[in-house]
Formats: sequence, structure tokens, C-alpha cells
Amino acid sequence: MIDLLTQLGKKTRYSFAKLGRSSFFLQQLLMGITDVLVRPQLLSKQLYSVGVLSFFLITISGLFVGMVLGLQGYYILSNFGADEALGVMVATSLVRELGPVVAALLFAGRAGSALTAEIGLMKATEQLSGMEMMAIDPIKRIVTPRFLAGFISLPLLTALFSSVGVLGGHLIGVSLLGVDEGSYWSQMQASLDVYDDILNGVIKSIVFGFVISWIALFEGYDAIPTSEGVSCATTRTVVNSAFAILGLDFILTALMFGDI
Amino acid sequence: MSLNNTIVSVQNLTFSRGNRKIFDDISLDIQQGKVTAIMGPSGTGKTTLLKIIGGQLSPASGSVFVNGQNVHQLSRKNLYTLRKRMGMLFQSGALLTDMNVYDNVAFPLREHTDLNESMIRTLVLMKLQAVGLRGARELMPNELSGGMARRIALARAIALDPMMIMYDEPFTGQDPISMAALVQLIKTLNTTLNLTSIIVSHDVKDTAAIADYIYIISHGKIVGHGSPEEIENSKSEWVQQFMHGKADGPVHFHYPAPTYIDDLLAFDKN
Amino acid sequence: MQHSIKQDTLVGLFIAVGIAALFFMAMQISNLSTFTKEDSYTISAAFENSGGLKIKSPVVVGGVRIGRVIAITLDQTKFQSIVTMKIESQYNKLPEDTTASIFTAGLLGEQYVSLDPGGLEDLLINNSVIDITQSAIVLEEIIGQFLFKSAETKE
Repeated sequence: MIDLLTQLGKKTRYSFAKLGRSSFFLQQLLMGITDVLVRPQLLSKQLYSVGVLSFFLITISGLFVGMVLGLQGYYILSNFGADEALGVMVATSLVRELGPVVAALLFAGRAGSALTAEIGLMKATEQLSGMEMMAIDPIKRIVTPRFLAGFISLPLLTALFSSVGVLGGHLIGVSLLGVDEGSYWSQMQASLDVYDDILNGVIKSIVFGFVISWIALFEGYDAIPTSEGVSCATTRTVVNSAFAILGLDFILTALMFGDI
Repeated sequence: MSLNNTIVSVQNLTFSRGNRKIFDDISLDIQQGKVTAIMGPSGTGKTTLLKIIGGQLSPASGSVFVNGQNVHQLSRKNLYTLRKRMGMLFQSGALLTDMNVYDNVAFPLREHTDLNESMIRTLVLMKLQAVGLRGARELMPNELSGGMARRIALARAIALDPMMIMYDEPFTGQDPISMAALVQLIKTLNTTLNLTSIIVSHDVKDTAAIADYIYIISHGKIVGHGSPEEIENSKSEWVQQFMHGKADGPVHFHYPAPTYIDDLLAFDKN
Repeated sequence: MQHSIKQDTLVGLFIAVGIAALFFMAMQISNLSTFTKEDSYTISAAFENSGGLKIKSPVVVGGVRIGRVIAITLDQTKFQSIVTMKIESQYNKLPEDTTASIFTAGLLGEQYVSLDPGGLEDLLINNSVIDITQSAIVLEEIIGQFLFKSAETKE
């Protein structure tokens, strides 16, 4: 019993130490933003590897999620003779929840893990240390551009995911199952609000982009510099990001839509 | 700079990792323009010493002066200014894997200077010529052998014309030819560029061949120092064991442990 | 750093497509295109009971959606519910004696305001007030009345 408590205490101490290190890391990282903005070519390179390389995964997934929503939604709604509401159903679920959450989960798996592995290996092969000895701050030079790239990319990828999803729902619902095209769009436009729905979705994706990039880069930077350490850190990135996304999504949803 | 041209001065340094004392009150001086070797068995924290001199790690007590400045009391900005004048060659080379050889050598120049591309090109080619790898400039780091990577890293370390270079185990895992190339390179660079070199190594023969002065560290203490000849003829049993590679002596073959018999029987007692 | 033209192009394309998607969401998926402040006008109506009407509930004429509810407030003197509605300016031919009723879409659906145009020449303009209204039908009241009546007839 005492052992268990000791373990718990130890775990707590480690967690706090890690939280402290990661906050310090975030502060350092944010201080590098101006340096990166002066040299946008650093950012461009990272936007390529973080954003462009995730593009296909995200759009294809968005298309399929939209198509499945169209199909399932149609069967459920047509039972109540309400298949004109298909557009509303597809768009609401995508813009409010599925878009931000699924895109963020995919992004954590695709780009987050890659960031952790890259930074972790740079640490393991003494590249970060070497850079420090060349009087170059690795956080400003290596970490901050990747952070900004993640932070910028995810909202754009989420918008793509949701848009392609709505088109996918249209493809199945309107082109294949014969829902009226006019009511697909008009009912959607009538029930979705720019601020309440679209903007809140975008805010969610901005928060997720911030958190995933932070977790991924910190796990890489904090990794034990061995192959095993890097592989554990990569796993932690995906797991912790997933928990963070789902937890934050609940909190944000409650704040945004639970106004009554 | 002090009277006798000391460029690096380590005074009463103590450093621990966990409960293990890596350095216990050691002091050493490194002369300008000389090749100084710091030797000792693996695991005595030689690399740690370089990181302390470079300001990447802070000691528990004691101080390190480089060029008259106390490294661990400098502001971040001043430390970075000082580091521009200290090159360090890592064991792995630590080349940036996402750019080719040319860009790697150009990296510190591009980060720290406002030189135009043609100037950078000239400088990079000069440094690459110095290490004999001008023809390899288009290769990526993963296409280089270990010895080549180290030479490229050396070219990068001298890109900003530093006053000193610290070599971390430069000879480990080299075939005889690249070893000879590196030994010669370190010696030539030291004289032609008027550098100060600090070599950390456990490779006795080759290091002793180019060093002007040798420190031997064991168990956190300096157990011997002097010119290669003095070390060779040292009366210290310890130094003799190390220099001539005897398996047992003052340094025991066994890692500290309870007595063998007790250890074997320990399971039954529990 | 040699950054290739191809890479720059792809990054540019990515940003452009991403922003286009954001734009698409705002214009095509949501109601930004149908609602901006400039091309709409506001009218209000006082109901005895606005029932389950909510902000954003639709306002329809003959089944066609022409606007939405933007505010529901309580008039503290008459204890009436003042429902303010925003009507798209293209529907500017509503007569002044239009009546407003609150209906429910289906038995359990959302409540909405239905406008029934009258016959006067004068038209509703910005900040007009609709005088003739019919309150929301509250299901519990109807059931209550029904039960009361059936109890009466039995006796």
C-alpha cells in the first residue's frame, strides 16, 4: 500500500516536472516566432513537409467521411421522410465536430509523429547539440518553424476536410440517391451560421493545431536520445495528442454550444 | 589572457550526475596554439568535460574560463558570441541530415554572417579543400562514410575561423587510412590556422603522437599530466596501466559490486 | 538553403486551396451569403406567448423562408414577448396588416414564425410592428383543455 502511494507520488512528481519543462519549452519556442517571420523560407520548407504532405491523406479521408455520412444520413432521414435535411446533417456534423476532430487525429498521426521522430533523431545524432555549439539556438532554428507550420496547416487542412466532406455527401446524396440538389444546399445554408458553426469549428482546429504541434515537438525534444527513446516518444505523441484532442473537443464544445 | 597564454582554464571543477561524481575537484589549463589531449578510460566523462567547457552543461561547483571569460556566468547572448569562436567536432559528426555537404559547411556562415552567396561559396570550397573533400560537396550525409562525415564536420567547425576546436573521440571507429588522414588533418590545421585543439580520446597511440600536452583522468580525478614523454615515463602505476593497456591494475577489471560469493547467494537469502 | 521552385509552388497551392476551402465553408455551407446586414430589414411582433421559439428560428411566408428571429425580449409593462425578426430585403412587399403566428413544424419539430400577408396597400418597413399575432400553441395547454372538457361532458 505504501509502495503504491510512493509510486503515485513519484508519478505525480514526474508529471509536474514534465509539465514545467514543456511550459518552459513553449515559452522558448514562442519567443522564436519573430526570428522565423524574418526568414520565411524556413517556414516554407516546413509548411511543405507538415502541410503539403498531409494534403492527400486529409482530403481523401474527408471525401470518404462525407460519403459515409451521406449514405448513413440518407437511410436514417428517409425513414422520417426528411431526406431534404441531408445537407444540414452532413454539414453540421462535419463543420462542428468531425472535421476538426478527425482532421486533428489524422494530422497527429501523420505530421505529429513525423515531427517527434525527426526532432528526437536530431537529438540522438547530436545535431541539436552540434547546433548549440555553433551558437545557433536549435529551438529558434529548428523547433519554431515546425511549430508555426503545424499551427497554420491544421486549420487549412480542417477546412479542406470539411469542404470535401460536404461535397462527398453531395456526391452520394444528390448525385446517387436523388436528394433534391436545391434543398441540400439551401437547408444547409439556412441552418448553419457563420459565427456559431463555421467560426467555432475553425477555432477548434486552431486550438488543436497549437496543442498537437506543441506536444509533438516537445516529445521529440524531451525524448531519451536512443532509438527506443525516440520510438516511445513518437507513440506518446500520438496517444497524448489523441487524448488532448478529444478532451479539449469536449471542453470547447461545452463552451461554444452549451450556452443554455 | 593570462601570463602563460592559457586559453582554457578549468578551476576546481566538480560535476555529478545523479549520485555519481563525474569530476571531483579537477583543475587543468590549456595552452594557446597547442594540441592538448584529455585521455582516460571510457565512461570517465571526457565528453561531459567538453560540454562543460562549451557551456552546454553547468558544473556543481568550480569555474571554467575560456579566453578570460567565465563560461557559466555569461549571459546567453555573450555565451553564443563566445561559442562562435569555439568549434566542436562531435563523435558522430552531427551533420544536419536534411541538407547536403555544401549546405552543411555553409550553414554556420549563413546563420551568422551576411555574406553573399559567392563569398560563401568561396569560403565553403576553401574549407572543403582543407579537409580534402571538395569533390564530395553534392553528397548527402547518409552517403558519407564515418571518416568522411567527421572531416566534413571538421570543415564546418572551422568555417567561422574559431580560436579553438574541441574534438570528441575523433579516432573512434576509423579504419587505419581515415585515422591517419584525421591525425594529419588535426595537426596541420592546428599549425596552419594557429588553432588551439583539445582532443578527448581513449586512443593512446595516435593521440599521444600529435599531442603537445596530455591530461589523464580517472575516477573524477586527474591522475597524471605532462608532455607525451613525461607521461610515457611516468612512475604512476595507473598511468602505466592506461598507456600500455593492461587489463588489470589500479583500474579494476570488475565494475564495483558486492563480493562474488555474496552476490550469488543473495537470491536464497531473500 | 536551396529551396526548390516546385516546393514553393506546392506550398503556395496548399495555402490557396486551404483558404478557398475556408471561403467555401463561409459562403456555400453557411448562411453568410444569404445574410448580411445591408440587405435586410427588421420587424417585430408582440406575442402573448412565444413558446419554444428561439433565436435563429425561421420566419416563413407560405412555406418559403424569408428571414429569421434575431431577438426575443419581454415587454415588462404588458408582459408580452417581443419577437424581433430580420427579413431579407428582397421580400419587401409585405402589407402592413400582415399577421404573425407561431407554428410548430410537425408534432414535435422546431417552432417558427409564419407571416400571413393581409390586403392593405401600405407595406411593412424597417422597425415596423406587426399588430395582429397568434401565440404559440403550447401542447400542454391543449391537452389540459381537452381533458377538462371531456371531464365536463361526462358529468
